Amino acid sequence: MRCDNPIISRKVATTFMLPALVFVGVFLAFPAIWAIYIGLTNLTLTGRAAIEPKVVGFANFAAILRDPFFRNSLWITVRFVFGSAIVGQMVLGLTLALLLHNRKGVLKDIVSGVVILAWIIPEVVVAYLWVAFLDYDFGLLNSLRAAVGLRHLNWFFEHPVFSIILFNTWRGTAFSMLLLGAALQTIPPSYIETAEVIGASPWRKFRDIILPLIRPHLVTCAILVTIWTFNVFSPFLLTGGGPAFKTELLSIYTYRNAFKYFKLGYGSAISTLILLINLTLATVYMRLARARRA
Amino acid sequence: MRRVLSLIALVALAAAFALPILWLVTAPFNAKPTLGLSLPKPTLQNLYGVFKNPSAVTGLKNSLMQSTATMLIATATATMAAYAFSRAAFRGRDTILYVLILLSSVVSGVSAMVPLYVLMQRLGLLDSHAGLILVYVGGLLPTNMFIMKDFVDSIPRAYEEAALVDGSSPGQVLLNIAFPLCRPGMAVIAVLIFVSTWSNFLVPFILLRSPSKAPASVAIYSFFNEVGIPILGLIAAYSLIYTIPVVALYIIVNRKFGFRFYGGIKS
Repeated sequence: MRCDNPIISRKVATTFMLPALVFVGVFLAFPAIWAIYIGLTNLTLTGRAAIEPKVVGFANFAAILRDPFFRNSLWITVRFVFGSAIVGQMVLGLTLALLLHNRKGVLKDIVSGVVILAWIIPEVVVAYLWVAFLDYDFGLLNSLRAAVGLRHLNWFFEHPVFSIILFNTWRGTAFSMLLLGAALQTIPPSYIETAEVIGASPWRKFRDIILPLIRPHLVTCAILVTIWTFNVFSPFLLTGGGPAFKTELLSIYTYRNAFKYFKLGYGSAISTLILLINLTLATVYMRLARARRA
Repeated sequence: MRRVLSLIALVALAAAFALPILWLVTAPFNAKPTLGLSLPKPTLQNLYGVFKNPSAVTGLKNSLMQSTATMLIATATATMAAYAFSRAAFRGRDTILYVLILLSSVVSGVSAMVPLYVLMQRLGLLDSHAGLILVYVGGLLPTNMFIMKDFVDSIPRAYEEAALVDGSSPGQVLLNIAFPLCRPGMAVIAVLIFVSTWSNFLVPFILLRSPSKAPASVAIYSFFNEVGIPILGLIAAYSLIYTIPVVALYIIVNRKFGFRFYGGIKS
């Protein structure tokens, strides 16, 4: 909203904005920019380089690109993001949104309530729930498998990436469900009714009417869940990155190098890479959002 | 036929989503809890146990203190800034807003954990409640400021304009007109801020060292017995007690205002 006729003077406005801008500037913007500088030094948590760090240029970045553990974690992260955000959360979220569309009553409340509950329970609790759920001996999932005659699976050892994908799909589907559910509300009912009158099949209705109309929302949703999933740390609480680094996402790789190996400069260089990827995704998102408004 | 199929699909999906949560409902009341689902003899002993465990109580107290402080500071500063963005005209406004949106999604806990740690170390704020709260405030401000700005934008300016025409001073307008009008929006962001702080694990995990300052999310990792085996009864009961406020606050907000969508990062 443009305001030509301000209610408060410029001086008052500045005073009002100042505290917030200082907090954001010092504790959010500055660290992000400083990360680039620290990433160019050999700063460590202990020892000589903790007191007198030297600028080493792009040595950290070169070392990261050479590190097989980095490539390992990058590949795991790509699979994790694609599997849990795009395939898992969005497909499941859209399915739920379609099934719940135009439905009222207790069933709708129960289904959306349970899905939202999975989204809002604090992450440490969620981690314990999934450690219990996937436990080899007593876990509910293995008990259910046994009930239908399947063997107990050692989930984290036999299917490490799939396990955290399953976990994160469960955790985050609510957002896609809510966003795409709201998108479906924007479709004029007459479109669907007309299609029904001329005898369109449910698949044709979905492909030719619903999908094109909610495409902008699908794109928004895809970018947002990709950024968030890319920045998720909770699998650390489930697996610690193991077994044998098989679930070591980029976030966990950063943590290990910076805080377990005390290599703050190196860790900061990885942070810079993550920030750059986030920035790219966010810029695409903002471009699209702006283009839509124009 | 199709109705029946979609009904079956919905029930199956709800069940699938509910399965992992069941443990949180049974284990806290199980006298001998395992990682499985069973409830032979329901008991409240585990819940009493939480309040008899000093580090469990300290964790909850720290969480409450840290979340409340963050909530008060961030709600106040976010509201003031949002009001200024909505009601004043100045150059560079859209640029600042653009940069803030970008920051809110680019700088996450994961991408900033290393520089934040170094910053807190330099400021001498590592392992302090104050340092943690400042980082929370900085991180939560952009998103919540936007929610608040949306809210203020939706209030007609006529109320404030009328009061100004009537000869009220700007201070009176802010205090007697603007502030009461903003209160529902403030309630929403206060809850959102409280819940995200209460649930956060990564930030205190990185910035705090002393067990005496750890919030519940970190304290829960100290619930092991002398030989390193997790005390499941305590963990399960603690998880439940720690989760209830989050769910309760969400239900209240949802009842009153409904879920809405905002840019930025949830955690």
